[in-house]
Amino acid sequence: MRVAEAWRVALDALRANRLRSALTMLGVIIGVASVVLLVAIGTGTKQKVEQQVEGLGSNLLLVVPGRIEVGNAPVVSPLTLKDVDAVTRVVGDPDRVAVTVASGATARAGARSDFTTVQGVLETTPAVFTRSLARGRYLTGTDVDTSRRVAVLGDSVAHALFPDRDPLGQQVALAGVRFRVIGVFAPLGQSLGVDRDDEVHVPVTAAQRLWGTQRVDGIAVKAPDRERIDELGERIVAELNRRHPDTEFSAVTQQQILGVLGDILGVLTGVLAAIAGISLLVGGVGVSNIMLVSVRERTREIGLRKAVGARPRDIGVQFLLEAVLLTTIGGLTGMALGVGTALLVDALSPIPAAITWWSLALAFGVSAVVGIVFGVVPAQRAGRLDPVVALRTE
Amino acid sequence: MTEPAVADRPAGERVPAIEAVDVSRTYQLDGVSVEALRGVSLTVQPGDYVALVGPSGSGKSTLMHLLGGLDRPTGGRLVIGGRDVNALAPPEMATLRNETIGFVFQAFHLLPRTSAVENVALPLVYRGVSARQRRERAAAMLGRVGLGHRLDHRPNQMSGGEQQRVAIARALVTEPTVLLADEPTGNLDSVTGAAVLELLEQLNAESGVALVMVTHDQEVAARAHRRITMRDGVVVADSAHPRSAHDRPPSVDHGRPATLVPAPSAEPRSASGSGPGHPSGGSGGAAGATGRLPREVERPEALPRDAVPGDAVAREGGAGAREVERPGGAA
Repeated sequence: MRVAEAWRVALDALRANRLRSALTMLGVIIGVASVVLLVAIGTGTKQKVEQQVEGLGSNLLLVVPGRIEVGNAPVVSPLTLKDVDAVTRVVGDPDRVAVTVASGATARAGARSDFTTVQGVLETTPAVFTRSLARGRYLTGTDVDTSRRVAVLGDSVAHALFPDRDPLGQQVALAGVRFRVIGVFAPLGQSLGVDRDDEVHVPVTAAQRLWGTQRVDGIAVKAPDRERIDELGERIVAELNRRHPDTEFSAVTQQQILGVLGDILGVLTGVLAAIAGISLLVGGVGVSNIMLVSVRERTREIGLRKAVGARPRDIGVQFLLEAVLLTTIGGLTGMALGVGTALLVDALSPIPAAITWWSLALAFGVSAVVGIVFGVVPAQRAGRLDPVVALRTE
Repeated sequence: MTEPAVADRPAGERVPAIEAVDVSRTYQLDGVSVEALRGVSLTVQPGDYVALVGPSGSGKSTLMHLLGGLDRPTGGRLVIGGRDVNALAPPEMATLRNETIGFVFQAFHLLPRTSAVENVALPLVYRGVSARQRRERAAAMLGRVGLGHRLDHRPNQMSGGEQQRVAIARALVTEPTVLLADEPTGNLDSVTGAAVLELLEQLNAESGVALVMVTHDQEVAARAHRRITMRDGVVVADSAHPRSAHDRPPSVDHGRPATLVPAPSAEPRSASGSGPGHPSGGSGGAAGATGRLPREVERPEALPRDAVPGDAVAREGGAGAREVERPGGAA
């Protein structure tokens, strides 16, 4: 029997049992769709995190006390603004250096209050971290130098404290001290479940005075180019080690952060894909089961086909193709369903989802292989059926 | 491959379509051997019209399966279309069936949800014939069986007689040398059955395909040119070789007087067949059997044993069977 003929016969058989074929496919459809969807969510999350890390600004170098390793306790920073000046000398350009000293604080405006993060920063922050304002202006060098009590609100804070008023020019009390609102950030959205708009920027000098400290938590440097970023980091760390021999310092790049996050999210995606793969496997067992039933049910048909000249191989191929058709049609439908659901999830929910070609290829390939693997036994059984016995079956 | 076989035969003798020599078939059922056939020898010539009769369990079906290449003998030699079955692997057996045998079953065995023309074309699928040619040949064959107007009807849209015609067309579309029909009229009413039988006979006469038919119907059996009677796994009577039937132990043919019907006839093809009086062949045969009756009556001790096969005779419902039983019961 010709191959094209065998495909036609297999397709006819599936068509003849539409409902059963559809139900059998359902297992494969769900399996493939969940592989595609879960991998899409894993990939989408990873991509979004990467975007956000990259969105911090390019060629960024974060300098913090302590060693960046999983399990290391945070170290109380020994850094002060004098160290920042030293780092600025190493970098050679004050516009490329940003600092932060941060602490949780309650912000009040009239009867409304919001617990938020107050960050003491330099006027360089928008340039280093690529932040933009929705309204008003950012801090200036003068604001920092004179410890002026002015604040730039994150989008969430602005909405919480001034839901129906323009916050510009209004007073806001941070930890009981009044600051004047001079600007509002453009919204950034969520990142890994953290609201990035829930923050207030004030001059680092004002923040230090607010909390009665000389401390700076961390220094961020925007390197002039990617090639020299590691060397610059080493020089900064060397300078800080010279100034604070008792403390270790780390300079990490975005690439390093991305590497760590990527590994974690990659494992997450793999686990999701494996769980979905199990459902695909269950779908394959369903195919095998139905094919066995089908062989038994169509015993007489098999007997007749053999009587009129079908070789064992012809019958085997016919049933194998039926199984493969079931899983590949189911696989294609599952792919469409998975892609559709992923696009809907991405559009309608905060969960990001991104379709990757490898997940589509993998899911389809696995479903086809499942069809072959789980179709072989029923096909062999059909091929070996004794025509005399088969024809006698009622 | 068939050349030497031809050379071995005396000049003028035809090459048999099927040749069975001392064929036996033993089944293993739960470790117990069941002998379904015990040394059957027969030859089917091209163009033969053979009725295979015998009670249930006599081995008719087993023999049919063997003759059709669906099964292999466990002993003896079976040559179909010049090929020794025991030397063939399953795929070769399939090809042999496809090329030389056509099957017609009592239950039609048409593929449901499949049009008549596609059912008929099915054997050609396994022969690698192109779809267009298949349809042409299947349609032509359906025309020959009088169903040219039913090409795209499905089995459930056709009457039993029409379905059996489709099955006959399917059996013949490959132009086989032997047509094996297993009670082809068994599922049909008498009028439809007679029409189907006439069609089979007509095709047998026209195309020269040998027709081997299992039947329980004495009237049907009487129309055949040759009758082979089986019992307990052996051929007890073959009208083509009347003497060989006598070679069997007499006890074997007891109580089956109806099966002996054509035995007195030396030339089977002219004795029954298409002669003007052949519809009444059943009663004519009975008269012949009645002539042999004294021998049966002489052995009354065999009668109790024959009571069971006698049931089968009664069920077969042949007019001849009843007529024979009447004098037997009187004795």
